[in-house]
Amino acid sequence: MDNLLEIKNLKLEAYYEDQWRPIVHGVSLNLKKGEVLGLIGESGAGKSTIGLAAMGYTRQGCRIASGSINLEGKELFNASPEDLRVVRGSKIAYVAQSAAASFNPSHRVIKQYAEAPVHHGLMGHSQAEKEAIEIYRRLFLPTPEKIGYRYPHELSGGQLQRAMVAMAMSCKPDIIVFDEPTTALDVTTQIEVLAAVKEITEKMNKAALYITHDLAVVAQVAHRIMVLRNGRLVEENETRELIQNPKETYTRELLNVRSLREDKAFTDKMEIILEVQNVAATYTGDKNVVENIDLNVRRGRTIALVGESGSGKSTLAKVITGLLPAINGSIKFLGKELPRKLKDRKKQDLRKMQMIYQMPDTALNPKQTVRKVIGRPLQFYFGIHGKKADARIRELLVSIELDPDSYIDRLTTELSGGEKQRICIARALAAEPDLIICDEVTSALDQLVGEGILNLLQDLQNKTNMSYLFITHDLATVKAIADNIVIMLQGKIIEQGEKKKVLAPPHHEYTDKLLASVPEMDPDWLDKLLEERASTFI
Amino acid sequence: MLKLLKQSPLSARIGMGIVLLNCLVAVFAPLIAPFGETKVVGDVWESFSPQFYLGTDHIGRDLFTRMVYGARNTIALAFITTILSFLFGSLLGFIAAAKGGWTDQLLSRVIDILMAFPTLIFALMILSVLGSSIPTLIFTIAILDSTRVYRLSRAVAMDIEVMEFVEAARLRGEGLWWIISHEILPNALPPLIAEFGLRFCFVFLFIASLSFLGLGLQPPLADWGGMVRENAGAITFGIYIPLIPAGAIAFLTVGVNLVVDWFLHLSSGLHE
Repeated sequence: MDNLLEIKNLKLEAYYEDQWRPIVHGVSLNLKKGEVLGLIGESGAGKSTIGLAAMGYTRQGCRIASGSINLEGKELFNASPEDLRVVRGSKIAYVAQSAAASFNPSHRVIKQYAEAPVHHGLMGHSQAEKEAIEIYRRLFLPTPEKIGYRYPHELSGGQLQRAMVAMAMSCKPDIIVFDEPTTALDVTTQIEVLAAVKEITEKMNKAALYITHDLAVVAQVAHRIMVLRNGRLVEENETRELIQNPKETYTRELLNVRSLREDKAFTDKMEIILEVQNVAATYTGDKNVVENIDLNVRRGRTIALVGESGSGKSTLAKVITGLLPAINGSIKFLGKELPRKLKDRKKQDLRKMQMIYQMPDTALNPKQTVRKVIGRPLQFYFGIHGKKADARIRELLVSIELDPDSYIDRLTTELSGGEKQRICIARALAAEPDLIICDEVTSALDQLVGEGILNLLQDLQNKTNMSYLFITHDLATVKAIADNIVIMLQGKIIEQGEKKKVLAPPHHEYTDKLLASVPEMDPDWLDKLLEERASTFI
Repeated sequence: MLKLLKQSPLSARIGMGIVLLNCLVAVFAPLIAPFGETKVVGDVWESFSPQFYLGTDHIGRDLFTRMVYGARNTIALAFITTILSFLFGSLLGFIAAAKGGWTDQLLSRVIDILMAFPTLIFALMILSVLGSSIPTLIFTIAILDSTRVYRLSRAVAMDIEVMEFVEAARLRGEGLWWIISHEILPNALPPLIAEFGLRFCFVFLFIASLSFLGLGLQPPLADWGGMVRENAGAITFGIYIPLIPAGAIAFLTVGVNLVVDWFLHLSSGLHE
């Protein structure tokens, strides 16, 4: 047997509502030397919990109920804290989702690298620093000799994530657990991290557990994939086999969500409802965050605003809504020029432009019930209350595909992420708007849940002929729903037009990079891309 | 609410018992007290006896009676003052957080100025100018105390104000009052309730110390702080009398704090 890690019939429990309840119902897995095993599933599938359990660790409020975790012949279930401490870091290491939150902001990156090997007594501090620089070089970090001496806030998200991968390598473990290492990153930076992961697993021959909810990502790095759902194994197979021949319906659903929708007929004669001309805005007064923005939104159509984080897309939304007054240019809405400041705008204009946010958790008041959240715009804009409002709220709940009787009196905290987002949509719908600005509405949600939201928005648009200004960094979403695409980089629009035209070559250089960085459901995609890029750089 | 009470820890239940006992005594004072509040019924500093449960004070009034009426005056006064200070403080704090800009600057700087003076000296100054009547007492302490409440509620509201549901309300075109009362207040309530308990204790002690200095409630009204002062001389003769009102102050303070601790745990989500 050459299995490095053997987990047998692992059962985990979590403590909530005053009792221990099972969350993982007997999962078994084996990991051989040099093998990468992908764990995939939506949130609540138990994939992170299993990943942590592989190190003999559980989050607070969880416990390992039964089963066996055998790491190189050592049983970790019920092992003493001293034994676990020896194993963790040196035999098995962990890379967390958010590197930015996992580094100590007040120590230099390289010092945090050296901490573990020095603590485990493997080497001295200067030796550790030498090795750190070597690993930084192998993980393609810029200026590897110097970068470690910076503080975490002086590195970009992708660099930090790679520094974190390097840190996991510091004690030369045999297994690394990657817990969604690219979920919080833009597509262009995601590539860098994936390349680093590949470098480690292929060139350095390390075994890894790769946890993610994105099948296209895991297909690039994993040899084998386990699909999990609600703490149970759905399907397990070699990567190629799983993608070409999924056996279970659930796996097929995960594979299918990236399909395109039918394109709508598009003509220049359609009414323009929002016209933004030469708009610029600033937070500080001296540097413009966005400038020279021209864009049009037509009735009944979806325009996607794409760019990586920091490109000014959300700022532009703030300018259009008036939260951040523009410093020049004009915003015309439904044929009228809108005042730049929010408080100068008329109630009816506010009503016709609604907004849906990225984080449904913070977009809903935790102390309000669904009835109050949806009922307020009805009362505020139309003066509807009492029985009439009740009927309308129920109607809206039906239109967002939630059962009125069981949802109308719930507090917003008693809903799941997807349900919350639906309530946010209902709140916007209650105002009967002409335009809805959707700010990254699916990026905080699981793939299938997000897909449900996109479908719902699509149906609603077909019924009511609303327009959407859809802000996103996810090109898969754009391909799925947009009629027009606007691409932003560093506060400026660099390319815009109909979806077909923007997505078809020739592109602007940046559009090209952006499009090429979206993972495809093809296990060879990353290798090809890296090869291509390497050849163009030389 | 009932479910919450059932889950409360022992310390909180003891605290609630103490507070409840004090409140009952305060409400039913005339029924409980065996004598009149200001009536001289015995000798000076008599020891306890079946007739005078806790003995008598420096001019021969029944101490038990005085304690019972003292609870009434002191607790009611502290309660009204604390409520007033919370009304002023939190309303201004919420307005400052929700409006921002120069409104916030102006309010915050005025509050800074008020806070720059030591509270006791400021209170002594105002009370000696305006005279120590009950309404002046209440307003002076309430305004001085509201500066602390302002600070807290502004900080709490600032955190809530940046949430997207508040932004959503603004985009809807909601006015200031609606944002404060429907979006901010319900979310700011838990820390404010906890603070209410603490400030109640401080106000209580503040009134006691003012009374001790002679500027609090005026004789012959009974109040615990004043009773400590009036009977302070007894200590030199080794008589326990002033320790009883002092002990009552400590007892209620501990009780309120036990309840407040529990609220703090609830509102911050901390666990034992």
